[in-house]
Amino acid sequence: MNRTSLESSQATRRGFLGAVGAALIVRPASATPASMAVAIRQVVGDAEPKRGKVKLNLPPLVENGNTVAMGVSVDSPMTPQDYVKAIHVFADKNPLPNVISVQFGPRAGKADISTRMRLADTQTVVAICEMSDGSFWSDSVDVVITFGACLEDS
Amino acid sequence: MAARTLINVPKKAKRGEVITIKTLISHPMETGFRHNTVGLPLPRDIITSFVCTYNGEEIFRAALHPAIAANPFITFHTVATESGRIAFRWTGDNGFAAEASADIAVG
Repeated sequence: MNRTSLESSQATRRGFLGAVGAALIVRPASATPASMAVAIRQVVGDAEPKRGKVKLNLPPLVENGNTVAMGVSVDSPMTPQDYVKAIHVFADKNPLPNVISVQFGPRAGKADISTRMRLADTQTVVAICEMSDGSFWSDSVDVVITFGACLEDS
Repeated sequence: MAARTLINVPKKAKRGEVITIKTLISHPMETGFRHNTVGLPLPRDIITSFVCTYNGEEIFRAALHPAIAANPFITFHTVATESGRIAFRWTGDNGFAAEASADIAVG
């Protein structure tokens, strides 16, 4: 009698541990470099973004991925003839690749924005800017995260 | 619950000067990827759009995604062209809408 109850309690414990193990393996859905490429393609179309002009400011090492200060600045005179039309930011391992898209014109005076973003995991963040002449420029930063966003539940 | 906003626009500027505008709004920016304590998904609730107008003319627009941290903070710039009102409007999921404005004197 005692033995049976011991066995059954072990079986439940094993089942429980197995369930916990399975739960740990289940990771939150994440974007892939491929889905980021698709998101970027939707913005740039057939154009190939060149490196340069745009500067993405992100710390290389982040402790808490829930709020990460992020800045993008573009080297442009911001005249009616030559200005920045838009800036787009993408992250390849967040659940969705898009982060923010901003639109402005020569009235901005300076193509320089900053905000705070979430980072789910150690990953590459890409900034792409669209100039008034239709060219695209990009910059990327590899960020190491010690505590990612979206992992803890409320 | 009305969202609290915090706006930083210089009160005075010289004509043609590039001014910095800082905006902050209280909002949870619930991503839609998290679960509550009993494992049910928390529905997405984010601000999706932010628009800034200067005397009625749109000067800045941002499309936000769940990857923007809670209480969205956005800093950008504009050229001080004339005295008037700089207005801000945030819109989002579940009919969320909030507005704020600041006056600027350009001399």
